[in-house]
Amino acid sequence: MSDDVLVRARGLEVHFPVRGQGLRRKQAGVLRAVDGVDLDILRGETLGLVGESGCGKSTLGNALLRLIPSTGGTIDFAGTDITSLSGRGLRELRRRAGMVFQDPFASLDPRRTVAQTVSEPLEVHGLRSGRSERAQRVGELLELVGLDPAVAGRYPHEFSGGQRQRVGIARALAGEPDFLVCDEAIASLDVSVQAQVLNLLRGLQRQLGLTLLFISHDLSAVRHISDRIAVMYLGRVVEIGPAAAVGTDPQMPYTQALLSAVPLPHPALERQRKRIVLRGDVPSPSAVPSGCRFRTRCPYVFEPCDDVDPALQPAGAPGQLAACHLHGVVGTPATAPDGVTAQP
Amino acid sequence: MTAPVLEVSDLRVRLRTPRGPADVVNGLSYTVGPGETVAVVGESGSGKSVSVLALLGLLPARVATVSGRALLQGEDLLTMKPERLRQVRGPGAGMVFQDPMTSLNPVLTIGRQLIEGIRAHGDVDKAAARRRAADLLGEVGLPDPERALDRYPHELSGGMRQRVVIAIALSNSPALLIADEATTALDVTVQAQIIDLVEKLQAERGTGVIWITHDLGVVAGIADRVLVMYGGRCVEDGTVDDVLERPAHPYTRGLLGALPDLAEPVDGVVPDLATVPGTPPPPTDLPKGCVFWPRCPVRGDARCEHEQPPLAVIGSAAATLPHRAATWCTEGPEGGRAG
Repeated sequence: MSDDVLVRARGLEVHFPVRGQGLRRKQAGVLRAVDGVDLDILRGETLGLVGESGCGKSTLGNALLRLIPSTGGTIDFAGTDITSLSGRGLRELRRRAGMVFQDPFASLDPRRTVAQTVSEPLEVHGLRSGRSERAQRVGELLELVGLDPAVAGRYPHEFSGGQRQRVGIARALAGEPDFLVCDEAIASLDVSVQAQVLNLLRGLQRQLGLTLLFISHDLSAVRHISDRIAVMYLGRVVEIGPAAAVGTDPQMPYTQALLSAVPLPHPALERQRKRIVLRGDVPSPSAVPSGCRFRTRCPYVFEPCDDVDPALQPAGAPGQLAACHLHGVVGTPATAPDGVTAQP
Repeated sequence: MTAPVLEVSDLRVRLRTPRGPADVVNGLSYTVGPGETVAVVGESGSGKSVSVLALLGLLPARVATVSGRALLQGEDLLTMKPERLRQVRGPGAGMVFQDPMTSLNPVLTIGRQLIEGIRAHGDVDKAAARRRAADLLGEVGLPDPERALDRYPHELSGGMRQRVVIAIALSNSPALLIADEATTALDVTVQAQIIDLVEKLQAERGTGVIWITHDLGVVAGIADRVLVMYGGRCVEDGTVDDVLERPAHPYTRGLLGALPDLAEPVDGVVPDLATVPGTPPPPTDLPKGCVFWPRCPVRGDARCEHEQPPLAVIGSAAATLPHRAATWCTEGPEGGRAG
């Protein structure tokens, strides 16, 4: 494994059992939230992860941090297999990989002061021994995220949404992590506050050499902050590549539709823009279509799409990969429902 | 010129709060013509939702004092008797709220909720109302409308639920449709479907639309006219091109500058976003002068702090839809002059 990959997922699966209606609630099916994801997150980069609600992007972020168990595949972190880590090893992972949550109102304990919230990781990981040293470190962390260290004694309700999100970021940084997952970290903030938090995250990333996984449904924000963008659809990464390439010249029909649907704040441009309106809704992740999972809504669907599950292959700009047969039929033949591989 | 569907003048809303009276809407005036879409934009707390709730009498009378005038097809909504108001909600003005899960009753079928509205405002029998309900669901693009009538809200996806809410709002062919963050909770692809739908229905029926949103991208796509709200006041209004392409108020400029722009080409280093420092003023303690003064990056005029700037025409006053801004700031990147 090369040194420049910090997080590597191979064939990662997170499947949930779906219980039936009956008295015994027998397992009636499988919900494939994450369904065979191959992903490399490079050291020091910001990888944006986009997709619509239900595509599995949050589940993937949680699984990479071992916050929920995976049901298949492997995860490597800094060269170590963390797929089934426990005890001391898992605790060390918790220090080295942090999370910034979506809702700054729900993710902070209302009964703890900012100082208590931010210093807890310091205690848990034994990073600062004395009380005064911890207090000093809390001050440093608050300053780092643009808050006045004097607010350490206050409670979450005394802060605005943007300030709370800064507290959440300070807590995530307390363990001096290498890797930070931001799950819809700006979704609940107003536009002007969103910009402040985006700038802060970018600044911190440069200053501390962090590796960021920035999960969001907001493509404009993702393209602004990311070096590379990965697009998810129904539990699978269907396109990945440099932010400029994926953001302007997407190679997978789903990404094209997603981008064309993003409203732009330019009236003249909006009037002449052609929107690709997709048919219908996203299929349920407990009934994933065979072959290409996007084929039920794809405007370009053709013969191999039914039978062959497309693999990511080079398309477009250097470093850009798309899972689509339009760039050549590459992938695994569809499996029968009972799990037996069909003959190609 | 055709008569406007809605004519709001000097709308004010004061709420009683534990921290004293809060002036949430402070003198709002605008009109909505037939087939016209007016977008009301602003951040949370700017008063945009309260201003339309007040129009339809949906604010609790015990805490809200509403004044001004709001003529819906010539009739003042604010002085209307409750019985008359109930008749007007529906055929006069329909409303679509943000969250389709909470605006539908989870224990009633889609059909019952639709038919209730249809029968409340028209003398139709059950069978005819049901047929009309199915037609409406078909119109808003619900697959298999006949069967959908017997389903419960939880059986539908978010996009489908919002279509049902729109169908209910449209069931009495209102002259005015109010959409309050109607697509905010939806994914962009579904949002595109809903916007297409509203535009199509609007073109067919000539409905006037008030579209409340914080998303300037959505505004660019649907609005004819834009009203920017801050601190309960309209700080800028005009055609969508004027406001988004040639913003005159420092707040509007700040808002647009803070937006990551997908249309902008990326090469090399992406610059940081512009930010508006500070937070909006609490409605219980609004600044005496310009509402934006405490956060304004270009303040400097002596009047900013003490004197409220009027909504004044910028550029050509002869334009059918004048571009107006409430600011003492007289220079801009485009060289436009206010005052």
